[in-house]
Amino acid sequence: MADLIRELERICGTDHVVTHPHALRTYESDGLLQYHAVPRVAVLPDSAPQVRDVVIACRDAGVPWVARGAGSGLSGGALPIEEGVLLVLTRMRRILEVDLPNQRVVVEPGVTNLDVSRAVAPAHFFPPDPSSQIVCSIGGNVAENSGGAHCFKYGFTTNYVTGLEVVLPDGDVVELGGKGVDVPGYDLVGAFVGSEGTLGVATRIVLRVVPQPEAARTLVAFFRHTSEAGQTVSDVVGAGLVPGALEMMDRLSIEAAEGAVHAGFPADAGAALIVELDGPEAECDARFDEVVALCERNGATGVRIAADPAERELIWKTRKAAFAAMGRISANYYVQDGVIPRTRLSEVLEQIDALSAEHGLRVANVFHAGDGNLHPLVCYDAAVPGEPERAEELAGLIVAVCVDAGGSITGEHGVGVDKKRYMPRMFGEGDLEAFQRLRCAFDPAGLANPGKVMPTPRLCGEVPGPYRQHPLEAAGVAERF
Amino acid sequence: MTPSPGSYEEVAGALHEAAAAGRRVRVRGSGTKLGWGAPAPDPDVELSTAKLDAIVEHNAGDLTAVVQAGLPLARLREELAAAGQMLAIDPPGEGTVGGLFATADSGPLRHRYGGPRDLVLGMTVALSDGTLARAGGKVIKNVAGYDLAKLFTGSYGTLGAILEVAVRLHPLPPRAVTAVGSSDDPAAVGRAATELAHARIEAQCLDVAWAAGAGRVLGRFTGAEAAAQAAGAARALAAAGLAVEEVDDDAELWEAQRAGQRSAGGIVVRVSGVQAQLEEQMRAAERLGGSLVGRAAHGLSWIAFAGGGPEAVDGLRRELAPSPCVVLDAPAEVRRQVDVWGVGDSTAVGLMRRVKQRFDPAGACSPGVMAGGI
Repeated sequence: MADLIRELERICGTDHVVTHPHALRTYESDGLLQYHAVPRVAVLPDSAPQVRDVVIACRDAGVPWVARGAGSGLSGGALPIEEGVLLVLTRMRRILEVDLPNQRVVVEPGVTNLDVSRAVAPAHFFPPDPSSQIVCSIGGNVAENSGGAHCFKYGFTTNYVTGLEVVLPDGDVVELGGKGVDVPGYDLVGAFVGSEGTLGVATRIVLRVVPQPEAARTLVAFFRHTSEAGQTVSDVVGAGLVPGALEMMDRLSIEAAEGAVHAGFPADAGAALIVELDGPEAECDARFDEVVALCERNGATGVRIAADPAERELIWKTRKAAFAAMGRISANYYVQDGVIPRTRLSEVLEQIDALSAEHGLRVANVFHAGDGNLHPLVCYDAAVPGEPERAEELAGLIVAVCVDAGGSITGEHGVGVDKKRYMPRMFGEGDLEAFQRLRCAFDPAGLANPGKVMPTPRLCGEVPGPYRQHPLEAAGVAERF
Repeated sequence: MTPSPGSYEEVAGALHEAAAAGRRVRVRGSGTKLGWGAPAPDPDVELSTAKLDAIVEHNAGDLTAVVQAGLPLARLREELAAAGQMLAIDPPGEGTVGGLFATADSGPLRHRYGGPRDLVLGMTVALSDGTLARAGGKVIKNVAGYDLAKLFTGSYGTLGAILEVAVRLHPLPPRAVTAVGSSDDPAAVGRAATELAHARIEAQCLDVAWAAGAGRVLGRFTGAEAAAQAAGAARALAAAGLAVEEVDDDAELWEAQRAGQRSAGGIVVRVSGVQAQLEEQMRAAERLGGSLVGRAAHGLSWIAFAGGGPEAVDGLRRELAPSPCVVLDAPAEVRRQVDVWGVGDSTAVGLMRRVKQRFDPAGACSPGVMAGGI
């Protein structure tokens, strides 16, 4: 390890290699604070060639590494390995090219999500908008296939990445995709996005940006019960509307967010539903009345329509504050990220309520209602003996409810280290084995972020099966390299 | 005689058996795109998906469906339309779900909804060692596990057999109006198309077309205010110097755009370009005496021409470099002489080869069809 550290210092300079235990504690957790591990060394390269050299040094030393962007992830995906190297990409925050004529932006991985939108404002924007968009990095978005509030209409990170430069764990640098779409060959960009840092590290990312919608109309409607809000969501979608955002908060999350933001959401509301239509002004206006009518028909106790950008901002601030504000009503909380088919919302919420009562722990719910992505926040007090374990058990049962309803263990936070134990609930052995094949094609030595995603550690064997010469090789038309 | 297994296990078993015997296997849907991909020796075994033609689930309220590979697209379209919904992928011609995802073909709807890779939620596949594997899910948001559904989309059957696909659906818009702008100046057509691609409008489709010295920009609008939006687009096209019309009954216009992506006897080259290259692409089509249809905002075009040979394809590639150019339809003798995929010594090819070796170590699944001789 001492040799490796010297090599890292040679590559990046001593100022950019952190080995002091106190300094390393900065990196012991990502956004999920339940897990911590202090890496042996953290290295902060400044360029793609430096990243490549660091990866090669790790390869030669046989030392595993974990890439980290802003450290805002919520699944422990950037949790360091104690005997490994942490590859911190925060110095690589250059916007390399703004190609507006072709609606592309080329960035380094440390650029923040919001800075991409800023670089193309005011005419364009980058649609994926995680709540952490002020700080979270594009490299992290690529690793996690991040979503956000607007993905029901606009899609996820994977729908906006057209090209990647990737340093593979063996030190090879590959160009995947490009500025164009449907480029020839396997869709390795599609396979890499969302691979949670286990296939390599992206050093250059080509993003697609789109024109800003002409108008946005935002309302928040309050209901006595989440089931009424849920029915409104079904009715809105059933009417053929594709809102830019459809967000729901329950009583407890309204209480927490209101305490932080003071937007004037009524304290006695059982649910708040935020609906945002965006697009051509005439189209938004024509259909907004329909949304209001659907809210009222489902028993809304109040509908507040944002009169100006400031009021729209306030509604969104309240929604995006829900996670952070939870600290006001609970000493600790555990965030889940389950997904269900939207039509099962009411019955799943009932099951969560029952589980919550059974465990004697409160559960606040914030959801991306359009795409059925629930963020139940399990409230507990770590100082009370037994509560953390009970909270974890409850969180696990909530995930099970989501999978049993035909959904997923994670909609946008990733599997990381936190949800890997749930993977066998969703995938059988044959499925997991197929995942491992992809992993082994990219990283046969298992050095990139080992111990994440897959429920149990696995090794890659040699490529099995006899080598068979392809007829085209025999004919000299193609060759393997 | 092409065996037509009736269950996923049977497909996996047949694939495994053939692979173990060192045979080459091709999975076949309705055979509409068998000529695509690099020319490879005939398969020893063909497996038909004809019996796997069920709509396993149509969750209308969730706008999702799970369908089997052998399902004819026409039948899926009909079933979904009855519920006011669609799978927003409209390639030319007919075919099956499996063939669509194996080739990742698309049509004008790609503008708003993306391609097959963007609408696939999950997939069940059979691998050549007999493994049945499922990736993704059937909800519209899900990041659990690797996205093998995208990996298999566009893999031309070279990684394994696609058996079942979970897809996102969209509401079928009640009405549509298309604004058309025409000009014989490729620069004006390119400029106008780019302008619409950058405008704060929401087109369902935004295409360009070029044939016989004349070009068009077509913007299709749907929704409550479709006519108003189309009128706005028409004004923009007129301001850019194009002769405009607004067309209510626009089905034929779009059928022609789709048809331009195929050629019975000629050569079709798909160009993965950028918006700013549209004018150059049209000029290239004109020089070859051919035609072009394309998705303006994506810079993705299909250039069709007759009578040219491999040198015409090579010329196109030089002219439009570095945009990748893939030969789709082409006469057999042209296919033999030309590099169909044109990936050359791209760094990605080595990695693709490693992926192939892991998923199909026996090399049984349509060997040689994919880019790089994979």
